[in-house]
Amino acid sequence: MTPPIDTTRVTSRLDTSGLLCPLPVYKAALALKQIEPGEVLELVCTDPGSLEDIPALARQRGDVLLGVEERDGSQVFWLERGGAG
Amino acid sequence: MSDAARLLTEDVSPAAEAEPRRKRLALVASKGTLDQAYPPLILATTAASLGWEAGIYFTFYGLDILHQERFRKLKMASLANPSGPIQIPNLLGAVPGATAAATKVMKRWMKRSRMPDIPEFIEMARDLGVTFFACATTMGVMGVEESDLIEGCNIAGAAAFLDFAATADVQLFV
Repeated sequence: MTPPIDTTRVTSRLDTSGLLCPLPVYKAALALKQIEPGEVLELVCTDPGSLEDIPALARQRGDVLLGVEERDGSQVFWLERGGAG
Repeated sequence: MSDAARLLTEDVSPAAEAEPRRKRLALVASKGTLDQAYPPLILATTAASLGWEAGIYFTFYGLDILHQERFRKLKMASLANPSGPIQIPNLLGAVPGATAAATKVMKRWMKRSRMPDIPEFIEMARDLGVTFFACATTMGVMGVEESDLIEGCNIAGAAAFLDFAATADVQLFV
């Protein structure tokens, strides 16, 4: 399947497979702080709560959720870092 | 409303329009059992990850979560806890060893799920800048010294916590 975004924009990848709340959000926030505004993080989660949690993380931090894709048992998110810390 | 009245009631100072205020979470952690130590730490680390300010007021048995020795030894109550990890008749929760067994099961569950333990959560929260308020009254009542607590606690009474919580967007009591 073609990813919903241009993956050549991805500058950082993080796999949180097997981790439960709050770790995917916690680790994603740390990863977002390490990239520059406008850069894209590709994030893999298996916590079923992530489908709600990662969009909430993006809303609260001011990042842009560019796309989500469900792959058997996991979700892939593409997050563009916003201007916030 | 007249223009003059509007000017008086509206905040038009440049500072108010500058950087938006960060959201704030204010929690009270009042319980010192292993299972009840997790929720405030999970919420505070999440809030800080979202870019919020977060502070936890550790009071009464909750103060054990900041206690250098006790925070590694928090226990899971087996008595009066029908939802505990070992499903036994409530009365049997009082037998010797039941609390230790329930604690062991809870710790095993957490480890299997790759959840951090309490000291690790404290470390994560501290690294994220979460404020730890240690209840001064609890310290006095229970004979806890500042040197008994982990480093970086803000020893304070209810007024100081309420001052912090007054401008919080979310306030919860655990």
